[in-house]
Amino acid sequence: MSIKTPSPSIFRPRKRIDRFVMEENRALVDRINRRNVLRGAVSLGALTMLTGCNPSENATLQTFMRAVSSWNDRAQSIIFRPNHLAPTFSEAQVVKPPRFNAYYEVEDVKPVDPAGWKLELAGLIQDKRPWTAQQIDGLPEQELIVRHICVEGWDYIGQWSGVSLRHFLERIGADLTAKYVAFKCADDYTESIDMATALHPQTILATKYAREPITDPFGFPLRLRTATKLGFKNAKWIMAMEVTNEFPDTFWHKQGFNWFAGI
Amino acid sequence: MTTDCIKSHDRGRKRLHPLPVRIMHWTNAVAMLIMITSGWKIYNDEVIFGWLHFPEAITLGKWAQHGLQWHFFGMWILAINGLIYLIYGFVTGRFREKLFPIRPAEVIATIGDALRFRLNHDDLTHYNAVQKVLYVGIILVGIVVVLSGLAIWKPIQFSELTSLFYDFQTARLIHFLCMSAIVAFLIVHVALAILVPKSLLAMLTGGPVIKQQPPDLMPEPVSVPASE
Repeated sequence: MSIKTPSPSIFRPRKRIDRFVMEENRALVDRINRRNVLRGAVSLGALTMLTGCNPSENATLQTFMRAVSSWNDRAQSIIFRPNHLAPTFSEAQVVKPPRFNAYYEVEDVKPVDPAGWKLELAGLIQDKRPWTAQQIDGLPEQELIVRHICVEGWDYIGQWSGVSLRHFLERIGADLTAKYVAFKCADDYTESIDMATALHPQTILATKYAREPITDPFGFPLRLRTATKLGFKNAKWIMAMEVTNEFPDTFWHKQGFNWFAGI
Repeated sequence: MTTDCIKSHDRGRKRLHPLPVRIMHWTNAVAMLIMITSGWKIYNDEVIFGWLHFPEAITLGKWAQHGLQWHFFGMWILAINGLIYLIYGFVTGRFREKLFPIRPAEVIATIGDALRFRLNHDDLTHYNAVQKVLYVGIILVGIVVVLSGLAIWKPIQFSELTSLFYDFQTARLIHFLCMSAIVAFLIVHVALAILVPKSLLAMLTGGPVIKQQPPDLMPEPVSVPASE
């Protein structure tokens, strides 16, 4: 084994080790070999697993953490101010195109064919007839220029327009006292929001971004855009909407993310 | 200067660190460690500085959601414990007694002593001027880290608070800088506790009994040279 010239380091002694010391402790030095060091390192690794350096996936702990997360859902619904408006911005601040995020890469987006598309309705709704894209386009349009904040920590200002979800829910005769509004998406994504958020003045079913039809990666033909939730709550490529009192579990919540995800 | 010994008959008399302070200190220590290490996990998902990623081995939570779970669990412990500590500090007069007054001349003199390794640690019950500055400073940082945390947790519901920090990303940066200040404090704090083990012991057992004299009647010398 050849030894390279050591590079200067504050951790390396300036003076070479006295040969006498090496002779004196030969037996000890001989015991240091790669196999033993490796074995030591491996058992050190095993020890960290035993004590649980990253115990987050432990089942008991997950049960506890999910309970804390539900408690945080309740805390957030208490904090929620139904008539408090999110700050809005000018058109000049809008980022074009918006930033993409999903549980897969942008190349894997499967565009929705508008010809066959209809918005299906289910649950506590009087008029459950499905809506075509043209019918939705005929509804009054509301524009939102608000900040999109991702759970990861990034943000951008986007300009979305479409029908107010409150207006739409009233129009279809939804039970506005129900607890949840749930969405099923073309990519098998599921999302649901609380009724208070659904009725917030800055919650829309968006069909346009920066006054143009939303492009495929961002949810064409219909997506949710609410100013009071983290990005992932804003379901894209919506195929069906349900009003319900049964908790509709969601894609990310099943994986341990907080359900309410309010901002 | 002599140190009061810890004797059993001293029980009931006022100690340097009364039991509530010790409980709150160690609760805070655990909460801070949870918040810092899970915060690093959350940070890694969207870094502020391209050159800075925290090694996974020192972060808490296997995936992003687990880091978030820990962070939003730890926040309750940190905030409730911190709030009780602040109320306690003001109501019992501990802050006034231990942390004030801070005289600039004393701060400079203590820094001078520290640089010449002539700091006196005989009397644990009396904080030197630099300790006072650091303790007051870290309490203020603790308040700002919680406020900036609220500002990035609820930038719409608490939009007024977020706008005090300018905007969401600025609040996020300030939250990060507060964490950095806390970690820097922690390094010094732990190093000094190890160098002066009786100060660490005092936070476990309560430490020496406090002389019952009003602080005004005890003019402390600006700096005490170490007995050699």
